[in-house]
Amino acid sequence: MTDAAGASSAADPSSAATATRPALHADVVVARGETRIAAAFDVAPGHPLAVIGPNGAGKSSVLAAIAGLVPLESGRVAIGARSVDRMPPERRRIGVLFQDYVLFPHLTVRDNVAFAARMRGSRAAARAAAEPWLDRYGLLALADRFPAQLSGGQAQRAALARALAAEPDVLLLDEPMSALDVEVRADMRAELATHVREFGGATVLVTHSPADAAALADSVLVLERGRVTQRGTLEELRASPATPYVERMLAASGE
Amino acid sequence: MTGRFAGSAAVAALAALVLAGCASAGAGGTTPSAVPTEADTEPTTLTVFAAASLTEAFDELAEQFEAEHPSVEVTLSYGGSAALAQQVVEGAPVDVFASAAEPPMQTVVDAGLASDPGVFATNTLELVVPAGNPAGVTGLDDLADDGLRIALCDASVPCGAASVKLLEQEGLVAAPDTLESDVKAVLTKVSLGEVDAALVYRTDVIAAGDEVEGIEVPGAASVVNRYPIAALTEAGDPDAAAEFVAFVTGDAGRAVLAEAGFGKP
Amino acid sequence: MAAPVSDRPGIGRGPRRARGAQRGSSVAGRLAWPVAVVAGIALAILVLPLAALVVRAPWGDLTELLARESVLQALVLSFTTATVATACCLVLGVPLAALLARAADWPTLPRRALRAAVTVPLVLPPVVGGIALLMLLGRRGPIGQLLEESFGVTVPFTTGAVVIAQVFVSLPFLTFAVEGALRSADRRTELAAATLGASRWQVFRHVTLPLVAPGVAAGAVLCFTRALGEFGATITFAGSLPGVTRTLPIASYLAMQSDPDEAIALALLLLAVSVIVLLGLRDRWLPEVRA
Repeated sequence: MTDAAGASSAADPSSAATATRPALHADVVVARGETRIAAAFDVAPGHPLAVIGPNGAGKSSVLAAIAGLVPLESGRVAIGARSVDRMPPERRRIGVLFQDYVLFPHLTVRDNVAFAARMRGSRAAARAAAEPWLDRYGLLALADRFPAQLSGGQAQRAALARALAAEPDVLLLDEPMSALDVEVRADMRAELATHVREFGGATVLVTHSPADAAALADSVLVLERGRVTQRGTLEELRASPATPYVERMLAASGE
Repeated sequence: MTGRFAGSAAVAALAALVLAGCASAGAGGTTPSAVPTEADTEPTTLTVFAAASLTEAFDELAEQFEAEHPSVEVTLSYGGSAALAQQVVEGAPVDVFASAAEPPMQTVVDAGLASDPGVFATNTLELVVPAGNPAGVTGLDDLADDGLRIALCDASVPCGAASVKLLEQEGLVAAPDTLESDVKAVLTKVSLGEVDAALVYRTDVIAAGDEVEGIEVPGAASVVNRYPIAALTEAGDPDAAAEFVAFVTGDAGRAVLAEAGFGKP
Repeated sequence: MAAPVSDRPGIGRGPRRARGAQRGSSVAGRLAWPVAVVAGIALAILVLPLAALVVRAPWGDLTELLARESVLQALVLSFTTATVATACCLVLGVPLAALLARAADWPTLPRRALRAAVTVPLVLPPVVGGIALLMLLGRRGPIGQLLEESFGVTVPFTTGAVVIAQVFVSLPFLTFAVEGALRSADRRTELAAATLGASRWQVFRHVTLPLVAPGVAAGAVLCFTRALGEFGATITFAGSLPGVTRTLPIASYLAMQSDPDEAIALALLLLAVSVIVLLGLRDRWLPEVRA
């Protein structure tokens, strides 16, 4: 992304950013053990999609397939005009926030955030490029610490900064709140929502919590036992739940 | 692992240890037999330590001895004489010791473990090359050739001590590529073709047959290894030990040794 | 990783509950007495001979013995060859370990065959290893002949042969230590690196290697001490010439025949080196001993 786009997205996250970002088109069939998971959806930039479902539904597998971490049995994944399903993960420009962050334990926070830049250039240049990200995510004071010394919230920030510093076209979040203590979740959720809005690109998040979906996403895709059972906004789901699971889920969360 | 399982495993291990201890105590041939006569119906094991160069000759002699003394089983162990002497001194259960030179036997005598060694054979050195003589070796001088692969016995073993003497006598400085700890190791390297020439005993050249070729060294006759043999004072069956020594030094022994290429004592 | 999970009821406690005390067995942490006794015997078997060596050493003459040329030559030779052998093992063993770790996904037969091939030098008597090396690299061996005819190089009886023998016997040590570290490393760090744009080589260099560095270090130490103590393969394949191929173990074997005091001094030297090297190894580097 050019400097101009970057600057304007800081000032007015949603509209200017989305104007230059591609959409994600995913139509995937993934094998997991004996079963198959099939999901097809489009995600427009600036309008995050939450994939919700019970444990074992296959949500994380879908994310992994989009990122290229797991092979596709069939289907395609396209980002804008680029078809990426035959590319290895390192060429797709898809950022991932893993469930327990998977920060590099042998690197400082700074070097973690600088990692993507380091892959493309020298260590000095990478560290310089990481500075604004550390600043924006409130990590400057922690920059020389190692992941083992961070709290849950700090680690999430670092992992997100790392993923977005790579300037991906698409962002995938795998149960971003689940590794956090209950007390800090509400605050972190709000913070995450802000960063995701700033990013402005096509975003898919996997969660089993409707609260997360409400805070972070515009629309919801329900995945049950490897199949999409409903798609729409939370209001639409609440108005006419397509399956007992959807009904129970919305009722239990009191959303 | 629960305590119960650990307990039974421990008991099993202890039982195994005890059984092993009993087995080794019973199998040794070193408990002195109370029956002094030759008409022993209990099978006796006679342990003989002999210099490596005696391998073929003593194998033959042991067979003949066993044929004449059905109740005795001869166990032979070959190696560098110095190493064997050390083992005897350190307490190895041995009945007879035959050495390729007098110093190792002296070590055993000094330790009070042998009392009356007698020389039963002599041996001289011979130059040996692999079959076909690939490097075209002609004489002892070639041992000083840096470009050839040479194997010698280490000076600490009888064969090596003799080699040193012979080379000094001929005024040569050898260029060895390896100094082995027993003469059979040297011989093996020759028969495998890994070295071009080596100094071993006459008897080794004969024993190796077609695998090697010998080249006589004119001065070798003056460097003689004298082979002493002795029954050890702590032998399990002193009579059987004495008989074996007598067998080796007697007519039967001399015949076999002569055929193997040993000289008369 | 960093996220504290202490607040989650039940999840963090699961494994401990499964491993915990069963009714009727010893209290967790204390050994049942038969186990302790046998363990003590085992420890004695290992320690007492070394203690006897130390006690019976000719301490008075030690300085004179250790200053002898034969001893110093053997010491320098052993150290040099073991160091070179360890370096070779590092270069060869890390990729081999990577292959072994990946082979976990292979079908059974190829996977087991690969593993067996790497294990063989561990279970083979060293002398047999030496004989095998001689068969291959000796003057009449296929590669030995090739080397002699094409380059005029013969391998046996050279210091290089010592290194080769040492590499042959100690490569499995390093390979397995590194493989252990690789297996216990979190595969997802490699995946995370890929999503950040790292190519396969970059993942190996920036993520995999640094994370297995402690395992590699432990493997290198094991490799070094094994190479230092190698005897059978060396004496069979490389021969025994002072300063060229007569390493510390070979020198002590020979000394035992003519000068036991020198042999004991050499043995002490080897023991001291091994103990120092192993003590320097922090036990969190050894995967089996990980806290």
